[in-house]
Amino acid sequence: MRKLLSLTLLALASTSVFAGGYRVSLQGQKQLAMGHTGVAVVNSAEVLFFNPAGISFLEDKFNASIGGNLLFAETKFQNETYNWQNSTDNMGTPFSIYASYKINKWLSAGIAVYTPYGSEVEWDRDWQGSHLVNRIDLKAIYIQPTVSFKVNDAFAIGGGPIYVIGSVEFNKNLNRSLTDESGNRSDVSLDANGINAWGYAAGFMLNPCKEMRLGVNYRSEIIMEARGGMAAFNEIPVFLQEKFSNTTFSADLPLPAELTAGLSLNLTDKWMIAFDYNRTMWSAYKDLTIDFDNSVETSVNPRNYQNTNTYRVGTQYEATDKFTFRAGWYKDESPIASGYFAPETPRNDSMGYTGGLTYQINKNLGVDASFLYLHFDEIDASYDHYQETTLVNGQAVTSTIPFGGTYKSTVFSPGVGVTYSF
Amino acid sequence: MKNKFIYFAVIAALGLASCEPEFETEVSDASYSSGEADFSSYVAIGNSLTAGFMDNTVSRGGQAYSYPNLLAKQFKIVGGGEFTQPSFADDVNNLGGLTLGGQVIRGTRLVIDYSVKLPEPIAGTPTIEVSAGVHGAVNNMGVPGAKSFHLLAPGYGSLDGVVPGTANPYFVRHASSPTATVLGDAMSKKPTFFTNWIGSNDVLSYATSGGVGVDHNATGNMDPSTYGGNDITNATVFGGVYTQIVNTLTSAGAKGVVCTIPSVTAIPFFTTIPYNPLTVVTVAGGNQAAYEATINALNTQLYGPLKQVLTAFGAGNRIKLLSTTSANPLLIKDETLPDLKDQLTAALTPMFGPEVAADFGEAFGQARQTTAQDLVLLTTRPVIGTAPEDVPALINKYGITYPLEDNHILIPSEKTAIADATSAYNAAIKSAAATKGLAVADMNAVMNKLANGLRLDDGQIYTADYFTLAGSLNNYSTVLFSLDGVHPNPRGYAVLANEIIKVINSHYKAKLPIHEVGGFPGITILGSN
Repeated sequence: MRKLLSLTLLALASTSVFAGGYRVSLQGQKQLAMGHTGVAVVNSAEVLFFNPAGISFLEDKFNASIGGNLLFAETKFQNETYNWQNSTDNMGTPFSIYASYKINKWLSAGIAVYTPYGSEVEWDRDWQGSHLVNRIDLKAIYIQPTVSFKVNDAFAIGGGPIYVIGSVEFNKNLNRSLTDESGNRSDVSLDANGINAWGYAAGFMLNPCKEMRLGVNYRSEIIMEARGGMAAFNEIPVFLQEKFSNTTFSADLPLPAELTAGLSLNLTDKWMIAFDYNRTMWSAYKDLTIDFDNSVETSVNPRNYQNTNTYRVGTQYEATDKFTFRAGWYKDESPIASGYFAPETPRNDSMGYTGGLTYQINKNLGVDASFLYLHFDEIDASYDHYQETTLVNGQAVTSTIPFGGTYKSTVFSPGVGVTYSF
Repeated sequence: MKNKFIYFAVIAALGLASCEPEFETEVSDASYSSGEADFSSYVAIGNSLTAGFMDNTVSRGGQAYSYPNLLAKQFKIVGGGEFTQPSFADDVNNLGGLTLGGQVIRGTRLVIDYSVKLPEPIAGTPTIEVSAGVHGAVNNMGVPGAKSFHLLAPGYGSLDGVVPGTANPYFVRHASSPTATVLGDAMSKKPTFFTNWIGSNDVLSYATSGGVGVDHNATGNMDPSTYGGNDITNATVFGGVYTQIVNTLTSAGAKGVVCTIPSVTAIPFFTTIPYNPLTVVTVAGGNQAAYEATINALNTQLYGPLKQVLTAFGAGNRIKLLSTTSANPLLIKDETLPDLKDQLTAALTPMFGPEVAADFGEAFGQARQTTAQDLVLLTTRPVIGTAPEDVPALINKYGITYPLEDNHILIPSEKTAIADATSAYNAAIKSAAATKGLAVADMNAVMNKLANGLRLDDGQIYTADYFTLAGSLNNYSTVLFSLDGVHPNPRGYAVLANEIIKVINSHYKAKLPIHEVGGFPGITILGSN
């Protein structure tokens, strides 16, 4: 019964298929089109996200970029032993807003609003893995006021605090079979809104020569501490209603730190290539622990995420005054270790293919478009840490019941944005 | 320029459409095969276990979880035909039970009433009328209560035979005619594949009656028409009948699976109540002082004198003084012991007077305490501590101050008779299967594992011990038996279906998916009843 509640909850985390873990790498149309490189690229106000130091090198006094994506993620699941087939189709709308202002020769300021983490996955209610997750929706909006100091024409530093507003909704069935008297599966819904947390970002950019930029950026770990969220137990049989009364809960979900280093090269006046390397500190996510403020047992759900590496390459070519074309590629490692592949985060290593263009309407205003295709190989994987306890001849015996099969995901995301500067 | 964006949007949309994830090998019906078997007409032969009997009855809801129905669902993937079961459409409220001419002859299905934490029949009146069935052959020919020889008996489905006991009320409801036989109706479906799990009742009814019937392996009586309901069928008779059934089933080339008969020692009906259930909790509600007072009084007034006298006659080992610190056994009558009635009466007369001494002699002439070798029936639990008829107040508690009767306990000699019959039947089943090249599902082996916890392939452990749930619900979802202690619950039937599927897959080189046992319902627990 303890495990009745393996509320993998929040897993909050989880999900979907964007990039590794619940990281969603869609923080700007121009840079996404270049394989989401950018720690050493000074294209637009998007650099507020990729490397705050970069705003010092923007040519215009004021720069703004606003954009959004439609994120289509689909995962199919099957298991031949039991003749199971299922799939989940989800759409997300990550967005970003960036604005920077050059206060004087050596000082620039800006504000960035973006959604680097999030995940929504909804499986068919009461599907085969419903004891792990029916639905999860994790949202986190980062608001980052930023300043940058240009030390000299070759070097700048920048950074700022990050204020996070987050929410999470999660629903799972209590176990593999419990129902109320009418045969409806018993489930729990967790809902925490208005979670606030602070972190920071800091970076530097170095231009050793005219053709090259180097950049390093660090964004700190931010723990989303859900306190006083609502836990609602639904379709509970009468004999368990006293125990499974609606209550509040606490849970922590780490949004991991990310260290990025990279460089860009101007091969010609019009042609640039960029390389980024991301190290994401997913090992902060050891387990998901949900404390209920009633007699329902605390639910501990091992996650054991691993730190990951992402390798990115991108290029852009200014074909005309009006058109700039971009393309990129990246390899994204999954933080999920073998045996921890839960259907709320059904994601393995992936390859990202990106492309896009800018149409410059006039000197100040441009329209950006991008697309991303993420390719996942199909994978045979399972989550091996769901447990139930049984008394056998008076002794408590723990059963570990793996849930798995073959998963195959695809992600596609078109995006548009506008860039304005003067 | 706008046009270019439209082109881009179109390309993006096309890209999206082509983005559907696809598996290299999609799991679909085509992933499975029937191998050498032909499931186009599947017929199941058997008794209550085959009928989907659970919680002491067949109900509309329970029947859906019969293992033949669960098998048929998987067969359907590889060309299995329609699978029909006897109609229980009249069980409108899913209560089970039976009525005959409007009179209730079988109670409703058992549920756990959480307010008392014990099994009891669900409230309501059965609406399943014996005389109002839907007649005609069906694919699931499991008939609750049927013994091997009943499958060949004309008239087993005759309404007129229900009261005299020559017919079976369940078969009456779907027999194609009053003179039909179970096997004949089964064969009219022209089976291409069958399962046969008959034979349990040939020994089980003796066991569940506490061994009050007659063991015809001992009597040598070869005429089943003379057998009582609680008798053990002669093993030679069983072997002959079983061979005849299998020969008939295979006469048109059908393939199939036969199932062995489980040992009674593996089912909760016999394993739930320990031989020594008298404890501070059961006797004195947890009050140690009251318990010690009760035990000491029993030792002084009854067990002490009894042991003293029995010792004088060389039978002192029949009784031990009760302990205040450990669990105590029950008093029972063992009809295999020499009767010391007269000796006891004579010896106790000086102490109690002739009248009481005679009562004691009558009561305790063959009395002994239970040992770990005895099995206490599940149905005996509510009897312990109640008053037998016409006995003095001093000895008016069954099992504590008065011996439980033959029908409350299985003693070692009865267990031996059951075990011998079971192994003889299983030998006959395996031999019949070998002769015809049929697959054997060893249900005996499966059920035996349950007693100590059965670890399934999915990692879950299951036990036969659900009464532990009083006070704790740990075992609510990990018990495979229904509340009657003999028949599986839906989850248990899914385990049995999976065992049969595995046998089919290996013996007939088929490839069938198994059921996910953990997703099936277990027992029913109601807040109140």
